[in-house]
Amino acid sequence: MARNPVTWLGSPTFPNAARTALADTQLRQNLRKATGTIRARRASAVAEMPDWEALRLSGEAIKNDVLSRLEVLLPQLEEAVTARGGTVHWARDAEEANAIVLRLCRENDATEVVKVKSMATAEIGLNEALEEGGVHAIETDLAELIVQLGDDRPSHILVPAIHRNRSEIREIFQRRMGISVSDEPADLAEAARLYLRQKFLTTKVAVSGANFAVADTGSIVVLESEGNGRMCLTLPDTLITVMGIEKLVPTWQDLEVFLQLLPRSSTAERMNPYTSVWTGVTPGDGPQQFHLILLDNGRTASLKDTVGRQALRCIRCSACLNVCPVYERTGGQSYGSVYPGPIGAILTPQLVGDMHDKQAASLPYASSLCGACFEVCPVRIDIPSVLTHLRAEAVTAKGRSPESVAMAAAAWMFRDAKRYERAQKLGALARLLARNGKITSLPWPGSKWTSSRDVPAPPAESFREWWRKNRG
Amino acid sequence: MADARTEILNRIRAAKVAPAGPTPRDYRRTGEGGVELFAERVADYRAIVHAVSDVPAKLRELLVGKRIVAPAGLPADWLVDGVEWLTEPLSTEDLDQADGVLTNCAAAIADTGTIVLDAGAGQGRRALTLLPDYHVCVVRTDQVAASVPEALERLDPLRPLTFISGPSATSDIELNRVEGVHGPRTLEVLIT
Amino acid sequence: MKVALFATCLTDTFYPSTAKAVVRLLERLGCEVSFPLEQTCCGQMHFNTGYRSHSVPLARQYTEVFESFDHVVAPSGSCAGMVREVYPTLGVSPVPTHELSEFLVDVLGVTDVGAWFPHRVTYHPTCHSLRMLGVGDKPLKLLSAVRALDLVELPAAETCCGFGGTFAIKNAETSTAMLADKMRCVLDTGAEVLSAGDNSCLMHIGGGLSRLKAGVRTVHLAEILASTEEDPWRATP
Ligand code: SF4
Repeated sequence: MARNPVTWLGSPTFPNAARTALADTQLRQNLRKATGTIRARRASAVAEMPDWEALRLSGEAIKNDVLSRLEVLLPQLEEAVTARGGTVHWARDAEEANAIVLRLCRENDATEVVKVKSMATAEIGLNEALEEGGVHAIETDLAELIVQLGDDRPSHILVPAIHRNRSEIREIFQRRMGISVSDEPADLAEAARLYLRQKFLTTKVAVSGANFAVADTGSIVVLESEGNGRMCLTLPDTLITVMGIEKLVPTWQDLEVFLQLLPRSSTAERMNPYTSVWTGVTPGDGPQQFHLILLDNGRTASLKDTVGRQALRCIRCSACLNVCPVYERTGGQSYGSVYPGPIGAILTPQLVGDMHDKQAASLPYASSLCGACFEVCPVRIDIPSVLTHLRAEAVTAKGRSPESVAMAAAAWMFRDAKRYERAQKLGALARLLARNGKITSLPWPGSKWTSSRDVPAPPAESFREWWRKNRG
Repeated sequence: MADARTEILNRIRAAKVAPAGPTPRDYRRTGEGGVELFAERVADYRAIVHAVSDVPAKLRELLVGKRIVAPAGLPADWLVDGVEWLTEPLSTEDLDQADGVLTNCAAAIADTGTIVLDAGAGQGRRALTLLPDYHVCVVRTDQVAASVPEALERLDPLRPLTFISGPSATSDIELNRVEGVHGPRTLEVLIT
Repeated sequence: MKVALFATCLTDTFYPSTAKAVVRLLERLGCEVSFPLEQTCCGQMHFNTGYRSHSVPLARQYTEVFESFDHVVAPSGSCAGMVREVYPTLGVSPVPTHELSEFLVDVLGVTDVGAWFPHRVTYHPTCHSLRMLGVGDKPLKLLSAVRALDLVELPAAETCCGFGGTFAIKNAETSTAMLADKMRCVLDTGAEVLSAGDNSCLMHIGGGLSRLKAGVRTVHLAEILASTEEDPWRATP
């Protein structure tokens, strides 16, 4: 099987990548500022909704229903799209999906395509695959454009260039667009408008993702802010939409839940500026050729996992990233994947589907299990539970290691109070290492702790000894 | 080897996901907000809002001397004198060079300050409201639904729909909202 | 009321003063406290690190040790969370186990426990107490009722301190970055004491403050609530 491009080739494991990122003070500052802003704004957008918890419960239930009926809902969507003049394709993996897009570009003699920001196409490495096939993909979302022009990688689901501040963006624009521009966000947005305008007006093929697809009507839904989405979905002759098979909702009515959950969770707005809904082809309005690619790429493997499959409920709002204390400090690129943050830590390893992959296996450990992600997730994905579940898989895949030996020994010791107490007494000898009641240096792996924190010296008498003497 | 469709459906079947229970729907399906809330929330997005009783008079005030796209099906008295009205067929270049576009809408949502276009009479195909940099949209008070669920009920998903909440914007630079990227940078809403 | 104390392995071994404080406090409030000596560890470290199979026997052991008690009290939100929220997923039915502040406020129905603690204190709510158990503002209610105590709000209180069990070792640098911010917030308050309901988090933040010689001490909530004018809290050497 070909390697899943959801992780970037050659990425270091999370702790190693994080070490580099943590040393980048500019990155730390940019992230602290951006996530702090969006966290506060999301909190007030949500506080406005007295029925937020009820919406979350419905969102969770609708997505669970979808996951249990994909076998019925996908063909239903296919039929509805086809009946309205669209063409539906199925892709088992990234390679297959990329090949379909490339073939469609060639059939339309396109050497350039405009793209609306889409996680699915980022996941399959579509731009690189198209480039190899001689088709240039132009990212039209401002943040994606910043990443593309900066020869950079994305670091956030919603705002892929969140790691860049205004002056860095200005520098990239000046260098790549050959213009002179201030670092005012409004001026930078204007520069992007001018840069892309002609592309929108002349490019014949567009590629998009989908936020939702309504199974019973065949309608596809894309939420966006800038209008670049509308440009791509409206002006070209041919539209190719790539969507994960889990992006369904059963009925039009179900959208009423997600159109309330998603904007407030992602951009912290009551509603995002633009939402487009289209069903197949509308004669005389918009692209007259519509192709929908239904992508598996590891999703059905995750579906088999009773605990892990809840990650497929994700609507890519990125609220979990914005509240994550790990993400805030390491940034998204440390996760080595287009899916960073808490959702990345549980989704990426599942899509890779191989816990022998050291990088993927390091991701579920990239969390202190603080639970902030679960608290904000609009579809109530219990990310901490999936993390510990995947850690167990990583441990199984790893087999015998110094850690597993130590863990087995500790478990053996804890299984018997007498053994435990003997170990406690032995451990109390560590007092000999202490000065002023503190231990400041321990051998590996304790050195990882004492590199930045002291350890209290164990007291001469444990609580149980005291109890036995005084109460026993 | 089986084709992709068969194989994916087989994998789904093999995953044997147990049926989910009934979907709870304890959220509010109706809202209390009316036209006032709608106006307030549209304005929050930094769109310009006017409550008007005489639409043609207001249009005269806003549009005279401009080249404005007029989709088919607008009320005749909205096409006031002194405006150069551009009508279909219009090329992409025509639209790009127009000063603005005038439409009505299919529905509006008070809770979120959203207007919805469905490419019906008085709105035209989607490109008409996209390329001109200035959009004047007339909303009738009876078109304002209080909540998102109430609005969706009024809409036909088989028509191409565009939900518009304020002018084009981006939050991509340091997560701060800036109005004005690719879509119309000025949105003016007339409530009547 | 009869209650069993689950001291937790960390407190039993490193912080006996906290467990003694729980005993003193509960007895003062009229409880009859037992400490079954067969108890060891709830299995959380194993479970959270991915050694689920090792945690199952420890969960069973816990249940056997405590099943005859109506109430178990633990001076740890995260161990109580392990018992209540995780044991069922391991197929082990949990014995009713309360984090200390929950037990005081919900079961005993008290917020003023008659304590006296003449210090400026700030409180870190700890992630598992806050988000797994949902103890809310119970600890703050208890602290507000302590006489002579000057309670100052901790900025960004709900943000994790970066402990996370083996996370602090496996991702030591990230953990330290989180710790740095937490310490900054603590120092900003000007408090002389940082309190929390979990010695694990206090060991982490306290270990950092001690390394910096920051002059702020960590004291478990139980020790503050146990302190009275007649028998005041004293720093253990
Ligand atoms: S996991 Fe939840 S919070 Fe995170 S991006 Fe997905 S839907 Fe949003």
